[in-house]
Amino acid sequence: MKESLSIVVSGEAGQGLATIEEFLVEALSMEYYVFTSKEVMSRVRGGNNTFELRVATSPIHSLRKTIDYLFLLNNNSFYRLPKRLLPTTVVFGEDAFVSVEEKEKYSLKYEILELTKLAKEAGSRMFANTILFGYIAGMLELNVKVAEHLITKRFIHRGEPIVADNISAFTKGYELGLAYEATLKLKKPASVPPFKVIDGNTALGIGLLGGGINYLSSYPMSPGTSVMMYLTNKADEFGVLVEQAEDEIAALNMALGASYAGARSMVTTSGGGFALMTEAVSLAGIIETPAVIHVAQRPGPATGLPTRTEQGDLNLVVYAGHGEFPRIILSPGKLEDGVLLAQKAFWLADKYQVPVFILSDQYWLESLGQMTSFELSEQYMESFTVISDKDYKRYQLTDDGISPRAIPGFGEGFVKVDSDEHDESGQITEDFDVRIAMQNKRMNKRELLLADYQDAELIGPKNYKKLLVGWGSTYGVLKEFIETTSLSDVAYLYVKQPFPLPTSLKSYFDQAQQVVVVENNYTGQFANILTLELGVNVTDRVNKYNGEPFFIEELNEQLGEVLK
Amino acid sequence: MSKFDFKHDIDIAWCPGCGNFPLRTAILKALEELNLDQTQVVFSSGIGQAAKMPQYIDASYFNGLHGRGLSVAQAIQSVNPKLVVIAEGGDGDMYGEGGNHFLHNVRRNPNLAHIVHNNMIYGLTKGQGSPTSPKGLKTTTQVSGVYNEPLNPVALALALGASFVGRAFTGDVEKTKEIIKAAIAHEGYAIVDIFHPCVTYNKVNTFAWYKNNSYWLNQEEHNAQDFGAAMNLALNQEKFALGILYQNKEKTPFHKAHPYYVNDSTPLVDRPKRDITKVNALLK
Ligand SMILES: Cc1ncc(C[n+]2csc(CCOP(=O)(O)OP(=O)(O)O)c2C)c(N)n1
Ligand code: SF4
Ligand SMILES: [Mg+2]
Repeated sequence: MKESLSIVVSGEAGQGLATIEEFLVEALSMEYYVFTSKEVMSRVRGGNNTFELRVATSPIHSLRKTIDYLFLLNNNSFYRLPKRLLPTTVVFGEDAFVSVEEKEKYSLKYEILELTKLAKEAGSRMFANTILFGYIAGMLELNVKVAEHLITKRFIHRGEPIVADNISAFTKGYELGLAYEATLKLKKPASVPPFKVIDGNTALGIGLLGGGINYLSSYPMSPGTSVMMYLTNKADEFGVLVEQAEDEIAALNMALGASYAGARSMVTTSGGGFALMTEAVSLAGIIETPAVIHVAQRPGPATGLPTRTEQGDLNLVVYAGHGEFPRIILSPGKLEDGVLLAQKAFWLADKYQVPVFILSDQYWLESLGQMTSFELSEQYMESFTVISDKDYKRYQLTDDGISPRAIPGFGEGFVKVDSDEHDESGQITEDFDVRIAMQNKRMNKRELLLADYQDAELIGPKNYKKLLVGWGSTYGVLKEFIETTSLSDVAYLYVKQPFPLPTSLKSYFDQAQQVVVVENNYTGQFANILTLELGVNVTDRVNKYNGEPFFIEELNEQLGEVLK
Repeated sequence: MSKFDFKHDIDIAWCPGCGNFPLRTAILKALEELNLDQTQVVFSSGIGQAAKMPQYIDASYFNGLHGRGLSVAQAIQSVNPKLVVIAEGGDGDMYGEGGNHFLHNVRRNPNLAHIVHNNMIYGLTKGQGSPTSPKGLKTTTQVSGVYNEPLNPVALALALGASFVGRAFTGDVEKTKEIIKAAIAHEGYAIVDIFHPCVTYNKVNTFAWYKNNSYWLNQEEHNAQDFGAAMNLALNQEKFALGILYQNKEKTPFHKAHPYYVNDSTPLVDRPKRDITKVNALLK
């Protein structure tokens, strides 16, 4: 485990936790390595929500289970957390937030911090969050100028006096934090390169814009909605037609209609909503109309745990839709890949005329981390459409199975697409020979599209004997394991495209005597795919399915057992 | 002959005597008389005997899933408002499977013609009751007769605020054609519910039945701007009024109301490619 401080702030929905989190992560990012993630209950007010801010001396992208500093914001914010305490944990809060009995039971190191009182002294209860920001910033001796700049940026639209009041509230908190004799300290790294602090939602949103998205139709469902909200906010500036559909069935059918008519279109949803889209996925398969589908996973079955995380829908997207047709599934684990894969999704969908999935999850979407700046190339904006001539046939049989795609209204020809089996012109047919020709043509793309397979990344020693495998959001925690383990013969294969898999991927498994697939689900869905598609002998599986992501200590322990 | 007709023989999958044939004639004539550019017309349909119509008209089409023709049509129209978009399907397709899209697309008021072949039965799947089947109709799945109240599509469309509501009967191809023309010309959502007999599976709502149980409005006398009058006609189902029941030309169509088009009417498909440097600025 990397050297780090784990700071948890625990309160209730509606208390503005997200604001404190954003302030802190931005300020910390200048002087430390930092990663933060929230866990919230499925309610708008009340309950108990927390965020964990992990501060480190080297790059990190994962969470600790244990807490060093715990800040309580009300008397309902402690009860879920005792399991995460260490003997060294310091708890901050009003005296009454934790009962005398509990303080004794857990031998708490309890520091009185009366945020509400301090805020009232500063002029209003509203300042409690800013004071807490100041307090934590003070404890860590963060640069005051940076913090003041962040506060100004956030509040300037509400006027100078509000900015000034918040800065003085911050200063008050900062002085108290500075005065606090911290028992747990973390040396500042000599220097930290400039990072962009970003969450998965934003990473995807930027990538989608870079891929040329100009049409989005979706029906709200957490955690898939944030991408819709991001793009709606950018709609004017970038030219995106966003339409909230009446249901998910409409959403994907609309996206396909838009795509047919020449848009770069997509939908964003979660497992339950996606389940309603499956017939249209199949439609995309037969009409060979590009579509990008973002599925943000949360634990099922059914409504499951609406605000929690899981990797339980890989099978769903691999098999969704009746009949047989090719598809591509991309799953980012690194923030950079969120941007890059989202951009590439449209290009792939256009190039191969297949549905392309971006499979993410609540944890990955809503965690904030540091990303190195880079630039997107225009390459993936390439459109593969043609202008039709008089004799245009939408499903012309070609050598490689890809028929030139024209857009209705552009050219002299007609663009006829049909969910029934069709001939080259798009006309309905029941001719068995034509059926075979068309099915062969479509299925041929399954091999073809592997030419653009998004390569997996090997992290760790080349001469490994044991191979850990993960896809998507387990990236951060598995990488930290590899970077800190004392075992010298373990490497980690970070898979970015879990389906379909090229045979070349098999070579990674040749030298592995042990293959451990780590997944945030019950059955090990990707492990099964590896065996089914490539014949990989998966020796062990490590799974977690309580609704939380893997914590690094947990993984250390579980892998410690398995890798013996 | 209409330029939208095929120049070669086509194999049409409808039963001889089916009301879909005169309806096809009416549509071909309407397209011809409106003098539309063939490359700018797009049909969107679902699945059913009715939904096969686009297969028999020489223009672009998106023959998608059962019930979803309207959703697809709305999206096509919204990314390229220059196109003439027609959504077409049967009573089962558009009122049953696609019922939710019907409700919400009336609200959107997209500029398209919505042609619903209402034979009061599921034809393609061999004679099950449809949302508009009358009570008592014996079907393959309601063997002792339909017991649920039939849907009143024109009253529903009116109640939802549809900007154009028409009803026709294929017994009069000329009049049907005129209503279809008016629906296509209307800027906004225009539904035409079209009675036609299914000679194979509906032995109650026959040609004669439709003829005896409907009458053509005198369009001169009926004030189509009068919502109350239209609703009265729609609710009176003793004899079904045929014609343009209602038209509101004031209602803003989707492609003018949507924020995407409010300040710039350039169709989505005609706008310049995104400037990647602007996207890269977000990565700074
Ligand atoms: C999702 C789905 N459910 C059911 C069907 C089967 N199906 C095809 S057409 C149809 C009903 C057709 O009735 P209608 O829309 O009235 O058209 P008609 O054949 O009477 O013109 C049904 C149930 C289907 N194709 N897809
Ligand atoms: S089944 Fe009925 S509606 Fe269908 S083609 Fe035959 S007569 Fe026409
Ligand atoms: Mg019918």
